Amino acid sequence: MSSIDQLFVNAKAALLSLAAQWLPGWAVALVSILLTIGVIALIAPAIMMYLTWIERKIIARMQNRFGPTRVGVYGLAQPLADGLKMLIKEDIVPRGADGLLHLLAPIVSVVPAILLFAVLPFGRNMVAADLNIGLLYFFAVSSVGSYAIFMGGWASRSKFSALGAMRAVAQIISYEVPGVLSVVAVIMVSGTLSTVSLVEAQADQWFVFTPWGLVGALIFFLSGVAEVNRTPFDMPEAESELVGGFHTEYSGMKFALWYMAEFLESFAICAFTVTFFLGGWQGPAIPFWTLALLLAVIVATGSRLPLPVRGLGALTMLAAGVMWGAQPIPSWAWFLAKTYALVFVLVWFRGTFPRLRADQLMGLAWKFLLPMALLNVLAAGIWVMVEEQGVMVRWMLSAAVLVLGAWALVMANRPAPLQRRTYLFAD
Amino acid sequence: MIIGGGVLQGLGVTFKTFLETYPWGRGLLRLLRIPAANGLVTVEYPDVKQQHHERFRVFPFLVYDGTPENLRCVSCKICEVECPPQCIHIVGPAKDEQGRPLKAYGRTYPVKFDIDMSICMSCRICVDVCPFDAIEMDNEYELSAQERFSKLIFNQKRLLKSNEYFQQIKPTEAAEVDARLAAKAAKAAPKPAEPPPA
Repeated sequence: MSSIDQLFVNAKAALLSLAAQWLPGWAVALVSILLTIGVIALIAPAIMMYLTWIERKIIARMQNRFGPTRVGVYGLAQPLADGLKMLIKEDIVPRGADGLLHLLAPIVSVVPAILLFAVLPFGRNMVAADLNIGLLYFFAVSSVGSYAIFMGGWASRSKFSALGAMRAVAQIISYEVPGVLSVVAVIMVSGTLSTVSLVEAQADQWFVFTPWGLVGALIFFLSGVAEVNRTPFDMPEAESELVGGFHTEYSGMKFALWYMAEFLESFAICAFTVTFFLGGWQGPAIPFWTLALLLAVIVATGSRLPLPVRGLGALTMLAAGVMWGAQPIPSWAWFLAKTYALVFVLVWFRGTFPRLRADQLMGLAWKFLLPMALLNVLAAGIWVMVEEQGVMVRWMLSAAVLVLGAWALVMANRPAPLQRRTYLFAD
Repeated sequence: MIIGGGVLQGLGVTFKTFLETYPWGRGLLRLLRIPAANGLVTVEYPDVKQQHHERFRVFPFLVYDGTPENLRCVSCKICEVECPPQCIHIVGPAKDEQGRPLKAYGRTYPVKFDIDMSICMSCRICVDVCPFDAIEMDNEYELSAQERFSKLIFNQKRLLKSNEYFQQIKPTEAAEVDARLAAKAAKAAPKPAEPPPA
């Protein structure tokens, strides 16, 4: 009851103290680990299921449609219905496919996606494992996904799958480089690899509000979008060309696992962008009652919800607002709000942009994002070096490097003007 | 390179469309002095039904005047012959033991009149060829059933609908038909006959 910020931390501590009454010390430690793993293992599928709902709703609205409305209020039970359908569908393995690899690939793709949540600081003191190399862990684990995609594509014994898998590997490897380099700037300034310390280093100023931070965030987010194969970088599963890309030959629960991996990874990309650049769980100290009031209004005005649900929901929110009103908005609420805002941007991209051509895709990674990331490292270096010279000098120098660099890159990458074709004999 | 203002412009278009589908979003846009119109075109079908045009047609029905026994069909079988997909099956006209046609309300009548709904292609040719205006097009479209032979072959009982129903669903066409039938009845009137059709 004491603090809404530490609600979940305290709940876990209470459970553990309860367990300590009749369990030996080592068992309590085990329970502590299992509890954390259990919560993540439960939350991850729930996040994934409702990401599909969010995506379908937002995309639909951008295309003047309603999206799912039939199953449950506002289509809220649609993910459950989809999950049930996936579970009872037939699992088809193509003849001539490598059965073991075909089975293993979606699992190998989901496991790292869930593992990423281990170093994600959801709020103050809310991290499963505060590794001092959390950042390296993130890059190491997230790149395992490309193996899974190639495994799946290769094991399917289908041309579409193999093509999609090859595109995926080429793309993921290309975009990993600018992705990692954009975070180097953050490491240089904050001097730490731990995700928790990174968030704490942004207590005064979120990194995105510095020139190198803004550019770094953009590069990191774009590379992340490309790494999880989402529009406009969805070459590996380009449905108009490759049927389904690497998961063409998957059905039933295996297909659901591919989707789960993809959605969890996109959620993780948003969450890590928030952690690295957007201040993580830091937020302005706005009193909690404003959020509670906002939620109460939203629940009370949800015209399709049944009346008792609206009343009870609004009353619960108001009660929470009264109980914790004086405290600031909890850190985990800030984290989730920022992450879902980025998820919206991801869906927004999908609703807006057409797919990039293969050469444009590679060109963007190697000819623009990579040199830009290197320049960004330079800008961050300048930022650190001229700390004594005052804020103005710092900003000017750092921003100048980036703006000039971006301009030079755009100029250097201009396509050559087409020559007028001259016909030897026709004229 | 793909970096340019067009990227942001595209994002703006989709975001505006997104906002326009919500009442609060339209309010927000109007506050910013941006014209906003709801572009949602979806009709949520089972809850909301579209208003159909009067000439909307799905499946034929047989017209009767007053009572279902007083049907206009005389079992001439022209529609059965003309039907392109051959979905009309008529047995008749009804006859007594000596083979003389039976009459009701001064007309012969069919023993059996079936239309196979699953074959009908809604072409309206049966209506055009009927000399007695006995068959007309209905606009009821929720005709799905789970059993093809027992539910989708419509028998005479199911096909019969009153002239009042016809006047209600298609006022213009029904008025024309009624006028035509009245003229015909007036022409036939001088000859003394059985009770004229209502």
